[in-house]
Amino acid sequence: MISQKLQDAIAGVSDKVDVVIAYQQGFDKLHATPCFMTTPEEIKNVIWNPLCVHNLTSYLPSLKKKKVAVLAKGCDSRTILQFIQEGLINRENVTIIGIPCSGVISVNKILQAINHEPVEDVSFDEKGNITVKTSKGEKTFSLQDVCPDKCKTCRFPTPIVYDVLVGDPIESNKTYDDAYADIKEFENKPIEERLKYWEGEFDRCIRCYACRNACPMCVCQDSCIAETRDPHWISQRATLSEKFMFHMIHALHLAGRCVECGECERVCPMNIPVNKLKRKINLDMKELYNYEPGVTPEDKPPMYTFNVDEVTIKEHKI
Amino acid sequence: MAETGFIQKEKLNDFIKELSKDAVVYAPCLEGDTVLFKAFDADKTVCLDRPANNPPKLAIFPQSETLFNFTYIKDTEDPKKMSVEIKANTEFPKAVIFGSRPCDANGFLIYDRVYIDTNTPDPYYMGRREKTTIVTLCCNAPSPGCFCVAVGGGPANNEGSDVLITELEKGYFVEAVTEKGKAVLNAPQVESGASYADEAHKKQLESEKLVKNPFGKDCQPEISMSLFDSDEFWEKYLSKCLSCGACTYLCPTCYCFNITDEQMLNNGERIRSWDGCMFPHFTLEGSGHNPRPTKFKRFRNRVGHKFVYYPEKYNGVIACCGCGRCIRYCPVSVDISEVVSYLRGSQPDVSSGTKENAVTDTVKQEQK
Repeated sequence: MISQKLQDAIAGVSDKVDVVIAYQQGFDKLHATPCFMTTPEEIKNVIWNPLCVHNLTSYLPSLKKKKVAVLAKGCDSRTILQFIQEGLINRENVTIIGIPCSGVISVNKILQAINHEPVEDVSFDEKGNITVKTSKGEKTFSLQDVCPDKCKTCRFPTPIVYDVLVGDPIESNKTYDDAYADIKEFENKPIEERLKYWEGEFDRCIRCYACRNACPMCVCQDSCIAETRDPHWISQRATLSEKFMFHMIHALHLAGRCVECGECERVCPMNIPVNKLKRKINLDMKELYNYEPGVTPEDKPPMYTFNVDEVTIKEHKI
Repeated sequence: MAETGFIQKEKLNDFIKELSKDAVVYAPCLEGDTVLFKAFDADKTVCLDRPANNPPKLAIFPQSETLFNFTYIKDTEDPKKMSVEIKANTEFPKAVIFGSRPCDANGFLIYDRVYIDTNTPDPYYMGRREKTTIVTLCCNAPSPGCFCVAVGGGPANNEGSDVLITELEKGYFVEAVTEKGKAVLNAPQVESGASYADEAHKKQLESEKLVKNPFGKDCQPEISMSLFDSDEFWEKYLSKCLSCGACTYLCPTCYCFNITDEQMLNNGERIRSWDGCMFPHFTLEGSGHNPRPTKFKRFRNRVGHKFVYYPEKYNGVIACCGCGRCIRYCPVSVDISEVVSYLRGSQPDVSSGTKENAVTDTVKQEQK
């Protein structure tokens, strides 16, 4: 059992660190929850299965001064690489327990598929199927049908960076173009249609800032322009234009920084697909600077550097 | 006027349309796969299958509202002098909240003690509250994370509602709870309901048994103040908290607000908008000092307000209605009922998976 291997791996590093961040069962059968362990007795609570959706590496910058062991899926490991590029963590303080991942669930997709009936039990089989039991009976889904969209085009099922790897590496045959096919399709729609789409989505926003707080790369903390009073950039009115403004600024602050973990989108209690905006900007950053966040430790994020002539931007040569 | 009635399923939409003839009706509407309380119109689809993602508090306590408009007027005789003209609007339209759940309706009672039953009632809240009729739908099954029976409520509790509706096989049994509620039963879609009363009350009792009670039999969780005051306790359980505002903004009982002046040249508005104790700015003082600088202190306040301070002030009433939204929609599944259970020095009294009790013991040991 991979859970057992994982618990052994954690036990192996736990005496070298102050805290281990992993997953345990959450408030019901359909939810896992992050756990912060400081004693060996807690290791038995650790689970690993497709419920483990959270990007646990998001906690690392706030624990910069501590020695931390953290569980990282392939997608999560990009966050760590970006942290290293931006100097947000001390690599020597972090022990990365990498775990190859063949996809997690989208709680929302499962709830939709079971018509939001209360979940009584959830089980997984070796083939990657998930069986959900409700009072109306059992339903079995292929993980492909109930995973977040990011898993369908995942290029990094095995962590890019790790200290300990639990389980065998998994290969991916997905390409960069696969990952952005939906964005390119959306881009081709008329501007009026796209505007209408986003107005409809942002109208639901309640400005709870779950997207911002769950984002590993949001670094402004208490000085976020959404809340500062001096200067008072964004009004506190709950109007569409203010909500739109907040999301645009959030997206632009992540230009060339978003590692596409999708946490912003997963945590939104109003189900707004906010990661779409950031992925669109990443596509532009790739085109402009030939840069992809969180893939190579030696890279410098383009917004952290200044070159008189960017290799990929031709306008100065005209 | 009739005290009970019955609405056939196919007439429900017409009934809601009837209510919207002379009132703004806030109903749970389907948008994609999200259910949201919104001002109803004919284009929207009402969804009563599950509680809405957001509570109906926005109908009486909007996310942002203009308290008054102000204009600075220069004295033409003496340019150094400036007067201010203020215009406030405390007239509100008639409104109906349709399809709230018993927990949602209970939430308004928690607001009432603060905004109405005081020496300085709030004219904005009171104005809307008086004009609003609350039509509540009983729950026939619990939702993930909800625990109303543990905080004095229930899936068919009528406190705070003007009308209580119970879904039956062929339609909805309607009971007037208040005088205001009786008027709703005059709608032409409501037929005589007396023959459905027994079936409805039986169903209400059945649903009561299905809701979990994490605090055990006694509804007043006795909180251990030594744990409550211990930093280690909060650091142990709340390390995962992201300190966002999803829990407070989706809470039917969170009533804290912020006030800002939005001004352009000589004209402006004073705005009241929701605020949440999980945000660092919430307690940031003018001096720059923040008495709750960490997420642990902030979460402690959230639990304290609901389970310690409010009950102390208002006869033991808990300022939590057990709707479970803060648990369901928490990005990292922080479970307030679990935290309160641990604060009582006990384990949550539920079959909630594989949780072990080593954690409470660890905290106790660390304290020693």
